[in-house]
Amino acid sequence: MLLASLPFYPLVSFLLLILFAKRLSWRLASAISVGAMALTALVSGLLVFELSNSSSHFISVDLWHWFSLSSQQRMAEVNVSFYLDGLSAVMISVVSGVGFLIHLFAAAYMKDDANFSRFMAYMNLFIVAMLILVLADNLVLLYLGWEGVGLCSFLLIGFWYQEQANVLAARKAFIVTRIGDTSMAIGLFWLFSSFGELNITAVSELIRGVGSSEIGFSLQESTDIYWIALLLLGGAVGKSAQLPLQTWLPDAMAGPTPVSALIHAATMVTAGVYLIARMHSVFLFAPEVMNYVAWLGAITLLLAGLAALAQTDIKRVLAYSTMSQIGYMMLALGAGAWSAGVFHLMTHAFFKALLFLTAGAVILALHHQQNIFKMGGLLKRLPFESALFVVGLICLMALPGTSGFFSKEAIIAELWLSTTAGPALWWCAIIGALLTSIYSCRLFFLAFLGNERFTEKLHIEKASLMRSALLILALLSLFGGLISLDLSEVFFKIKAEELISVNEPSWLHTIAIATPFVGILFSWFYFKNYRVDSNLEDGVKTNLTASEHRFAIFCRNGLGFDSLYDVLLIKPYQLLAKLNRRDFIDQTMMSTAWYVGLWHDVMTMIQNGNLRWYLAAFGLAIMTLIGVSIL
Amino acid sequence: MTLTFIMLALLFAGALAWFSENRWQGCAKWLALIVLALLATVFTIFVISHDQPFDNLQVLTRVSWIQTFNIEYSIALDQLSIVLITLTWLLAIICVLVSWQEIKQKAGFYYFNLLATIAGIIGVFVAVDMFLFFFFWEVMLLPMTAIIAIWGHEKRHFAALKFFIFTQVSSLFMLVAIIATGYFHLLVTGELSFHYLDWLALDMPLSLTQYLMLGFFIAFAVKLPSVPVHSWLPDAHTQAPTAGSVLLAGVLLKTGAYGLIRFVIFLFPQASMQFAPIAATLAVISIVYGAKMAFAQQDFKRLVAYSSISHMGFVMLALFAFNSIAFQGAIITMIAHGLSSAALFSMAGMIYLRIHSRNLTDMGGFWQSAPRMGGFALAFAGAAFGLPGLANFIGEFFSLVGVFQVMPTFAIIAALGLIGSAIYGMVLFQSSFQGTAKQEILDLSHRELLICSSLFLMLLVIGLYPNLLLNFSFGV
Repeated sequence: MLLASLPFYPLVSFLLLILFAKRLSWRLASAISVGAMALTALVSGLLVFELSNSSSHFISVDLWHWFSLSSQQRMAEVNVSFYLDGLSAVMISVVSGVGFLIHLFAAAYMKDDANFSRFMAYMNLFIVAMLILVLADNLVLLYLGWEGVGLCSFLLIGFWYQEQANVLAARKAFIVTRIGDTSMAIGLFWLFSSFGELNITAVSELIRGVGSSEIGFSLQESTDIYWIALLLLGGAVGKSAQLPLQTWLPDAMAGPTPVSALIHAATMVTAGVYLIARMHSVFLFAPEVMNYVAWLGAITLLLAGLAALAQTDIKRVLAYSTMSQIGYMMLALGAGAWSAGVFHLMTHAFFKALLFLTAGAVILALHHQQNIFKMGGLLKRLPFESALFVVGLICLMALPGTSGFFSKEAIIAELWLSTTAGPALWWCAIIGALLTSIYSCRLFFLAFLGNERFTEKLHIEKASLMRSALLILALLSLFGGLISLDLSEVFFKIKAEELISVNEPSWLHTIAIATPFVGILFSWFYFKNYRVDSNLEDGVKTNLTASEHRFAIFCRNGLGFDSLYDVLLIKPYQLLAKLNRRDFIDQTMMSTAWYVGLWHDVMTMIQNGNLRWYLAAFGLAIMTLIGVSIL
Repeated sequence: MTLTFIMLALLFAGALAWFSENRWQGCAKWLALIVLALLATVFTIFVISHDQPFDNLQVLTRVSWIQTFNIEYSIALDQLSIVLITLTWLLAIICVLVSWQEIKQKAGFYYFNLLATIAGIIGVFVAVDMFLFFFFWEVMLLPMTAIIAIWGHEKRHFAALKFFIFTQVSSLFMLVAIIATGYFHLLVTGELSFHYLDWLALDMPLSLTQYLMLGFFIAFAVKLPSVPVHSWLPDAHTQAPTAGSVLLAGVLLKTGAYGLIRFVIFLFPQASMQFAPIAATLAVISIVYGAKMAFAQQDFKRLVAYSSISHMGFVMLALFAFNSIAFQGAIITMIAHGLSSAALFSMAGMIYLRIHSRNLTDMGGFWQSAPRMGGFALAFAGAAFGLPGLANFIGEFFSLVGVFQVMPTFAIIAALGLIGSAIYGMVLFQSSFQGTAKQEILDLSHRELLICSSLFLMLLVIGLYPNLLLNFSFGV
């Protein structure tokens, strides 16, 4: 019963906030929304505790019967039911735990906004949808949550909708993810038509059962599984901002910073990872698709790392870094390292939320300045925020001992020997780690070291709400790696794997651990001018500017994907719409009317009442007739 | 008898409203509202208290009308018509409510036309004698044309004429098919009959039925509408007064879908099955083309009108899949689209009342001054692009799941309509309610709040508990 009530706390809070909107004071509105989140987090904790103590490895609850799909031989019940197992337990803990902390932070951060209660209402609604997504026991309910989080993401990116840029960013995010969603929807149709089930457990058992049996799949069935997996991957790619549907995420930074932290870093964007992990049974029997997942993740993590290196906006650096870290998770899933991928999802949620929120605090202190080339020297001016940011960055770089280290190492360790990954992808992961540490150092040097490149007085916020939320997140980031996830009950293995560690070279781990340090060392010298005060002799501040090299601009603009899609898809669609605005079918239809009108005119013209005209026509007609009959 | 009474009462009340408006200004709308509410209650009580189940067609009245041709006045009800009539009642009341302030001139005559249209629509849903059906089909058309032509916007005469000609020409095909089938009945049984149940019992050769089916199909495809005979719809919907658009999109289009189900698919199953590839192709083109055209529009109502073409494409596609899941999807889409398009057209009417423009470029940033209105606009746009949890999602999901089992390629192309609907939905919502505030508008009044919230509630209830409709078998 506790499980059934979980999404209702934020839902009730959402309804209250929407109904009473501006009539609520800041104190009341934040008490309602944050209180609801605290309750959600508490109940999630209880549920996880209950799950770990229960004898079965899942808890499920039926709310009501939604609908049933029945055709000649198939019957699938689709219910509003929740299913909690190890995987969804991790997800609800992250969603409600990190969600609670971000709500706490946001209550202080957004205090002066005129539409504060609307903001908190959307945040609550997002949590509702996200909880439904991760708790759904069937794919249709999951799709409901999936679209719900998309809608909330749209609303929150466009929260300051008076700015046209934000409106467009929101639209882009919604439409691009919708393309992925449609692919996923087709995947669901396909799944139902070949296996007659949409319940996740039932589908998994069905596929495992047939796949592990002696007979195995028929050719048709394995083709079906291939396509289903591929289409589901399409959905995951859209939501998780992976290639080729990644372009919406950097623009999504137009939303308020807590939104970026909650939705576009910690929770919603990892929904794609969750989907693949949840449907791993399908993917296991489509090894080609697993391979694609791994490669997509690897390419995304490299390209996003490259793009992050060239950004000038602190939030966009973090956005590309998110994309790149989700690339790691995808890589892990593709390699079959399910637990490692989910583990990284969790630790990433901690440290990326910390990074975003600290960045938000910095941005607030600098009066909404987001350009890192206009920051500098903040280490001395904002020691508290700087320290937390460093914590976030070392986790991101995966320095030994931090949570990022445990999860990233877990991923990298499984790549070399995986049948669907392999040494090439291992090297991609290592290069990605190198890129991560370089862009992290660049970010840190530019924003926190060097000379001050801003002139306004700092606006220092010391709200205890914000600080306590940040501190807890920092602790989680540092020690979250010690949480041991036991997901062996959740993830199915095709056959017991034999220990084949013989083939693994011994230098792998050394390299993996050393890589971030190499990156730091490299940055220390390469970005020297970013970190050193260089202006003190003559008193003139040298202004640092971002590189204007053509390649740097190319990377800054997201490696040309936006312009490519613009030319290939958006422009043609708009042109087609513009050319055919008057609807050529209608024009054709209406030409009949024109034709009738024409004849009407001709007919009235010849009936003019002039006798000589009639005589002439009469004579001409007779002559023509005679002429025709003679010939 | 009750149904006959209801239809006559509607006409009588309409006439009463017409005459009494001249004496007491402002009484016509009250009269219309009260009569509609009363008759809707009568209808509901009648259906609930009826002792036979409506799983199959229940003939309620059957009396001779024109004896020479053996034409009867015969009406019947089944679950399909009950559901559609219920939708008609709901939207009729919404129509009166949205006309409350909009219609000031010739209000009496307006409500007469409105009630006469509704009587005609109910007649269409209950008539089982084909001649009677055709009669109601025309009864419904004339007052609707008047509503567009008298109370419409700037190009109302053109739009009314276009609507009239399209419907009239296409229904001629149906008339020919009706007479031909009746004559065939004479050849086979020695007796002329226009009764639907007699026709169902008739065993007709495929070579003949494919032409008869086509006659019906054309009339209903125009009404539905399907590409390439859709072009009356954007003009008629755009130029009609708000209530006219609500009624057109909400119910009149459904008469086309109803006709397809009852008089094409049930009556000529084999011929329709043979014709299915063509119909499905037209449907898929309608879905994609409608969504694309909607995106191109600058006029709020025209955009919604093209989106209707896209949505009704789902209905036709689902019907011609000959699959039980798709069939359920078609029915739910019909109801859901009736509610959601009615809601969007009402929204257009409310905006028009405030800024006297339908042009999206004149709108923007309304959310600032009218947050409630913005919230509902988003919800209705969400329904239009198939947000799960609202009724349209269930309809589209069922349709596509069903179609996919039979014709996967068609379902995949139709699914592109989901992307298209998100695009026009975003354009619609964002250009009216987001962006910089061009002007301030008043938020919803209590009456408008009632309209919006009742429509939204119905969309939500069907979306979350579709078994309300799915429990019916609809004669499959």
